[in-house]
Amino acid sequence: MLSRTADNLYWLSRYVERAEYLARILDTTQRLSALPLAYVGSSNEWESAVLTAGCATGFFKLYDEANEENVTDYLAFSTANSSSIRSCFEAARHNARAVRTALTMEMWDAINGTWLELKRYGNGPTSREEMSRFLRWVQESSLRYDGSAYRTMLRSDAYWFSRLGVYMERADNTARILDIKYHLLLPDNERVGGPLDYFQWSAILRSVSALTAYHWVYRDSLKPWLVADLLILKDELPRSLSSCYEAIVRNLDQISGAYGRQGPAQRQARGLRTRLQNSKMDGIFQRGLHEFISEFITENTRLGGAITEQFLI
Amino acid sequence: MPGTRPGMTVHNRTPCGKIRNSLMRIRISHATSYRYETPPKSVTQVLRLTPRNHDGQFVINWRVEVSQDCQLHQHEGAFGNISHVFNAEGPFDELTVTVAGEVDTQDTHGIVAGCVERFPPALFLRESSLTQPDPAIIEFAQATRADAGKDTLTLLHALMMGLNAEMTFDIEPTQVETTAAEAFKLKRGVCQDGTHIFIAAARHLGVPTRYVSGHFYREDDGAAQDAGHAWAEAYVDKLGWVGFDPTNGISPTAAHVRVAVGLDYLGAAPVRGTRYGGGGETLKVTINVDQANWQSQSQSQS
Amino acid sequence: MPAAFDEMKGHDGDEIRPAYAELGRWLKEVPADVLDYRRREAELIFRRIGITFAVYGEADATERLIPFDVIPRIMSGSEWRLLEKGLTQRVTALNMFIKDVYGAREILKAGVVPEDLVFRNPAFRPEMNGQRVPHDIYVHIAGIDIIRVDADTFYVLEDNARTPSGVSYMLENREIMMRLFPELFSRHRIAPVENYPDELLRSLKSVAPLSTPREPTVVLLTPGVFNSAYYEHSFLADKLGVELVEGRDLFVKDEIVYMRTTQGPQRVDVIYRRVDDDFIDPLTFRPDSILGVPGLMSAYTAGNVTLANAVGTGIADDKAVYSFMPAIVKFYLGEEPLLKNVPTWRCREEEHLKYVLDHLPELVVKEVHGSGGYGMLIGPTASKIAIEQFRAKLKADPTNFIAQPTLALSTSPTCVEEGVAPRHVDLRPFVLTGRNGVKIVPGGLTRVAMKKGSLVVNSSQGGGTKDTWVLDG
Repeated sequence: MLSRTADNLYWLSRYVERAEYLARILDTTQRLSALPLAYVGSSNEWESAVLTAGCATGFFKLYDEANEENVTDYLAFSTANSSSIRSCFEAARHNARAVRTALTMEMWDAINGTWLELKRYGNGPTSREEMSRFLRWVQESSLRYDGSAYRTMLRSDAYWFSRLGVYMERADNTARILDIKYHLLLPDNERVGGPLDYFQWSAILRSVSALTAYHWVYRDSLKPWLVADLLILKDELPRSLSSCYEAIVRNLDQISGAYGRQGPAQRQARGLRTRLQNSKMDGIFQRGLHEFISEFITENTRLGGAITEQFLI
Repeated sequence: MPGTRPGMTVHNRTPCGKIRNSLMRIRISHATSYRYETPPKSVTQVLRLTPRNHDGQFVINWRVEVSQDCQLHQHEGAFGNISHVFNAEGPFDELTVTVAGEVDTQDTHGIVAGCVERFPPALFLRESSLTQPDPAIIEFAQATRADAGKDTLTLLHALMMGLNAEMTFDIEPTQVETTAAEAFKLKRGVCQDGTHIFIAAARHLGVPTRYVSGHFYREDDGAAQDAGHAWAEAYVDKLGWVGFDPTNGISPTAAHVRVAVGLDYLGAAPVRGTRYGGGGETLKVTINVDQANWQSQSQSQS
Repeated sequence: MPAAFDEMKGHDGDEIRPAYAELGRWLKEVPADVLDYRRREAELIFRRIGITFAVYGEADATERLIPFDVIPRIMSGSEWRLLEKGLTQRVTALNMFIKDVYGAREILKAGVVPEDLVFRNPAFRPEMNGQRVPHDIYVHIAGIDIIRVDADTFYVLEDNARTPSGVSYMLENREIMMRLFPELFSRHRIAPVENYPDELLRSLKSVAPLSTPREPTVVLLTPGVFNSAYYEHSFLADKLGVELVEGRDLFVKDEIVYMRTTQGPQRVDVIYRRVDDDFIDPLTFRPDSILGVPGLMSAYTAGNVTLANAVGTGIADDKAVYSFMPAIVKFYLGEEPLLKNVPTWRCREEEHLKYVLDHLPELVVKEVHGSGGYGMLIGPTASKIAIEQFRAKLKADPTNFIAQPTLALSTSPTCVEEGVAPRHVDLRPFVLTGRNGVKIVPGGLTRVAMKKGSLVVNSSQGGGTKDTWVLDG
C-alpha cells in the first residue's frame, strides 16, 4: 500500500485516540475540582490537566491562569491548540478524507459524522451539564470509530497500520499520566492513605477507565503501587503500557509476516515489550519510577520515528 | 511528512567582456556543486550542459560527470537540445556536476545555420511566462521600430543596442525567476534579463525570437567565471536565425559557445533540479572558459 | 431567442414525447410531498457519503453539494445511437488531430488550421513534438458537452480533452435513483452505466507501455484533497481498484516511475492523471509546482509510462480550435461531421471581432482556454454595465475570446421550489478510447441550470445534475 495511505491511517487513529484521552482528562479533572478542598488538597487540578495533556507551553502563551474556563476551552475547543479535541477531530477527518478509499463506509460514516456533529457544538457548551454530555459524546465517537474499524476492516496492512496508531498513541497517553502523577504513586506516599490521595488515585484510574478493573484485578482497596502496577505491567488492562506493547508487537509482526521481511521498527518494539515483560514493580521503584517512565516515553517516541522511517515515508 | 522542495538552481552571474577573433578553440569546464546541511534522500536533475555541432561550432570532446553514483540518461529535448537526466540516491553531503570539453568555433557574423531545428520559426512567437511584454517593453519596442524603420535586421540591432545602453549590469537585484517586465523596470540585471527583454520586445514586433544559453570567452577578464552566458536569436527572412547579445552589444562571435535554446530561460536552463528531503543547500558554480591553444594549464579551478 | 425545445413535451408542449410517456404518468401519480421528501433524502445521502466539491474563491464554503434533481433526463435508444456515432467520429478525429500536430503537421501544411493558432497556443506543448504514445491514443477520456435544440439536432458545445470531470456524478446519480425510486426503474428498461469503471480500467490497461513486462500497474494521480474534484478522484480510484496517488507518492529513477509503498518502491505503468500539464513535472513545466513528479517527462519520453490523457491534449479543447472541428473531421476522416458545431466567431480575426463587438447583447462570449463557466459573458441576460465592461476586456485581448449565438438549450422537467418545471439542460457523455477502439457507456452527466431561464449549467455557477437514462430500443 502507499506509504502516504499508511501514514494517514496511522495518524487518523492516533488523533481519534488522542481526542478520547483529552475528554477523559477533562472529565476526571472536572470531578476532582468539584470535590471540597479538604479531599483533594490545594493543588491546581486544572494546571495538572494541561500538563497531562502535554501542552503547557502553548497554553501559558495564551493564558495567565489555568482555571476551568481557560483549560476547558484550550483542551477542547481551541483552534490555536493543534491538539485540542476539535483540532484532533479535524485532523482525523482530514486524514480520513485523504484516504477515503482505504476506509470502510462505516469508518467514514463514523469519522465524518463526528466531524459534522462537532460543528453543532460551536465554540463549546455553556453549562457543566452540557460539557459533560460533550465529553461523553467525544468518548462515544472514539468508541464508534474504533468499533467500526475493528468490525469492518479487512485484516490487511491497512488495518494493522491503523491499529498501530491507536496503540502508539495510547501508550504515549498512559505514560504521560504516569509522568505527571508519578509522585502520588511512590511507595513512601503510602504513609497516610488519607482521603487526599484516595481521590487522586481514583482519578488516575478513571482517566484510563480502569477504576472498576482495579477492583476486579486486585480485589483490594486502592494502593498506589498497585495502581502503578496496573497501569504499567498488567497485560489485562487495555491501556497499560504492557498491553499496548503487546498489541504494537502483534501488529508489527502481522505486517512483517505479510511483507515477508523484518525491520528496525519490529526489533525495537520487541525489545521494549520484552523489557516490560521482565520488569517487576519492586525493581522499577528501586531504579526510580520517574526515570523508568521518562525512559519509556523516549523509547516510545523513538519507535514512532522508526515506524515512520520504515513504512510511512 | 517528508518535504519535497523543488528548487531551481540559482547561478551567480558576472559581466562579460569582449573579444575579436575569427577562429578559436575554446576549452570549457563548468562545475556546479551543492552542499547540504541535512543530507537529501534523493536528488533529480535535468542538465542542459552539452553543446551540439552546427555551422561555426564543432565539439571536439565533451564529458558530463556526476560525483554521486547514478545513471545519466541522455535525451534530445523539444528544441533539439541535448539533455541529461539523473537521479542520485542519498544520503550525501555534497553533489557536484562537472562538464568539460573543447569546442572549435568560427565567426559567422552572428548567423546561426546548420542547427537541429524541430520547429518552424513561427513557434518562437509564443509568449512565455518570463518574456511577457508589459506596456513599458511594448513602448520601448514600438519606439525602437519608429526610429529604425522597416528593415528587420536594422530593427533588431537597434533593439540590442538600445538595451545595451539602457540596462546596467548588476547581479544583485534579479533572480532566475525575474521576468522581462520586472528587469526592464529596474533597468538592471544580468545577461538573462537583457535577453528576456530583447525576446519580449522582438516577439511583440512579430519577429520569432529565442533564448540561447552558452558560454562566452572573455579575453580581458580572465578565464574564471561564476556563471554561464545568455543571448538571443531572432529569425530574419532570407538570413535565417541571427544571434544578438544585448549584454555585450554584439552579435555572437567565435568567442560564443552555444549550448541550448528555448523560449526563455526555463526551456534552456543549464540545470533544473529538485531534491527529496534534506535541507540547508548551498550552491557554488565554477566556470572556466579559455582558449585551448593559448594556455594549457587553465582547468585548475574546477 | 427562440423558445426552447422541451425534452418531455417537445416544441409546442401539448403532447408528451414517447421516451417520457411512463415518467409523465408516474409524475401524475406521485404526490408532490413525496417527491420533495425523496429530494431531501437524496441530499442527505449525498452529504453523508461526502460527495462534495470545492468552489474556487469561496473561503467559507470549501465543501459544497451540487444540487441533485430527482427527475431523470430520458433519451430514446435511437436518439442515443445517433449521438454515439457522432461522438465516436468526433473523438477519433480529435486523436488524429493531436497526433498530427505533434507529428507530421499535415493539417497545418494543408492550411486547414492556421499554424499560429497551434504554435502560439499555450495549450500546445512543444515538449510533445515528435513524441509517440502507445497506439497513437492521446485522448483516452473525453468529455464532450452536447446541447440539444430540437428533436433531431445536437450541437457539440465543447470538447474536453484534458481532464474532464463529472463521471462520478453520473455513477452516483444512478446509484441514488435506484435506491430512491425502485418503482420507477421497474417501469422502464434503462441501459446500465455502472460498468464505466470497468471499461475505463480496461482502456487504461490497454494503453500500457509496450515494454510493460507484466500486468500493468495503473494509478490515479490527483492534485490532492484541496482540488475541487477530489471526491471524484477518490471515488474513481476506489471503483477502479487502483491507488490514488499524489505527486509526492511517485518518483522517477532511471526513467522508470515508482510509487512509495510500505513495502518499498513499486513500478507504475499507467497514470490516469487529473493534474494539468502545467503542474505535472516541475523540471519540465512550471518549476514552482509541488503537485507533480520531478522527472516524469523523462520517463514519459523514454516510453516507460503512459499518461492518460497524454500531455498536450489541451490543444484540442481550445475553443478557437473547436471552431475548426468540422474541417478537422473532414480532413482526417473524409466524412461529414455527424454532430454540429455551434457557429463560432473567432475574435482573433478582425472581421469576426467587429461582428462580435456590434452584437454583444445577443452573443455568448467565452475565453478560449476557459472552463467551468468562469469569465464568460451571456449577452441576452447581462446588464448593460456588464456588457460594457466585457467589451473593454474583449478589446484589450481579442485573441483570448470566441463568441457564439445564444442557443436555446433544451429543457427538461425539474423538481424546483414551485413544483415540477422545465429547466435548461446539457449533456456530457464520457468517451473512452483504448487499443480496441472507442467505448461510450450510454448516458452521461446531465447538468441542469436550477434557476428559471438560466442557461448556465456549470456546477461552479449553481448548476445541478440529473440522472440520464437511455432507454432500450
